[in-house]
Amino acid sequence: MASKEQAITDETAHTLQKRNFWSGILFGIGSMAFVDEVIFHQLLQWHHFYDLATPQIGIFADGLLNSFAWFAAIGGLFMFADLRRRQAVRMRYWIASALMGAGAFQLFDGIIDHKVFRTHQVRYQVELWPYDLSWNLFGAALLIAGLFLAKSAKERRSA
Amino acid sequence: MIHHYLGSIEPWFQLTAALLLAWALMFYPMLSIWTNERYRKWPMHRYIFWFAGVIAAGASLVGPLADKAHTSFSAHMTGHLLLGMLAPLLLLHGKPLTLVMRGLPTTSARRLSRLLNSRFIAVASHPASTALLNFGGLFILYRTDLFVLMHQSTGVYALVHIHILLAGYMFTWSILYTDLTAHRHSFRLRAAVLIMALASHKVLAKSLYAMPPAGITTSDGEMGALIMYYGGDVIDLALIILFCYSWYKATAPGRIVRAI
Repeated sequence: MASKEQAITDETAHTLQKRNFWSGILFGIGSMAFVDEVIFHQLLQWHHFYDLATPQIGIFADGLLNSFAWFAAIGGLFMFADLRRRQAVRMRYWIASALMGAGAFQLFDGIIDHKVFRTHQVRYQVELWPYDLSWNLFGAALLIAGLFLAKSAKERRSA
Repeated sequence: MIHHYLGSIEPWFQLTAALLLAWALMFYPMLSIWTNERYRKWPMHRYIFWFAGVIAAGASLVGPLADKAHTSFSAHMTGHLLLGMLAPLLLLHGKPLTLVMRGLPTTSARRLSRLLNSRFIAVASHPASTALLNFGGLFILYRTDLFVLMHQSTGVYALVHIHILLAGYMFTWSILYTDLTAHRHSFRLRAAVLIMALASHKVLAKSLYAMPPAGITTSDGEMGALIMYYGGDVIDLALIILFCYSWYKATAPGRIVRAI
């Protein structure tokens, strides 16, 4: 009987761990997309709303990505609220997941959106490669920081 | 701006719309106050939502914005945001179907409930159907000659506007379930439909930015498309928050989770 209860607790713990992960990932994706919109589209105005050279598939991919990101930012926060009311927040692990989500999104945006779909470029009328390089390096740095933090969060728990 | 192809919208349209709106403003409180005698008091905030929704729809159908929408694409788009997105969201929170069910005599209420449970409504109220009706309708309006046709015939103009309000309402309802809902679907399915639908709204806005409908100047078309894109974003935000909040409430610990 005891072992059965133990199994149930383990399963719940595993579910909640997964929910911490997804909540962080979604929030990371959403907030990075939001930062991208505010800084690069509105404040710096480097990105263009539509540079008229974007192929149809790029427009479609960008629309899907943006509406998903809106949803991810808000859904991620509601999942976080759900974890809080269950007293199951693992803050370090959550932040690690958020960093991973943000970094993965930045890389996806830099490689797939900018280069493969050619939705828009980082900046116009300039030498492009330093911008592309720093864009993707920043994304990779966030992703790696997230991975390291997740590892340390796991070690702390098991220690 | 020259709109040589435009006829004028005949006055009967605004007159009929104004009458219908006045009717909606009058009958809602009449019905709720009347049913208060038998049921729990109808809460104040629902009146406010309903009135605000009627006013939002009214602003786009009659008066200065509606007149301007005939010559300016930006004004037209502002009106459509009000009519197709904001008004449905507000009206839905007035819970009109719940109110009607309260007011109907038992036999009629049963008949209505049987109709709502029918297979036709099950198919028509599926999130995928309402999304198609709503956003497919927009693609037809802006990407075919319907947009020009609408400004030449008052009948077509009236039909398009009725469609936009009703399709917007059905869509919002099929995602949020604020009012009575007969056929329910999982959060996951509705989230997927919502994301696809909002994406198609953005895609259409960008396509209008690049290529406005016939007879619209470039700057007016770009402004209208930006209003559609960013104005849409604001109402999408409200939709997503309400949707996630309904998930948050439904999955509360200790609550027997309603399957869907």
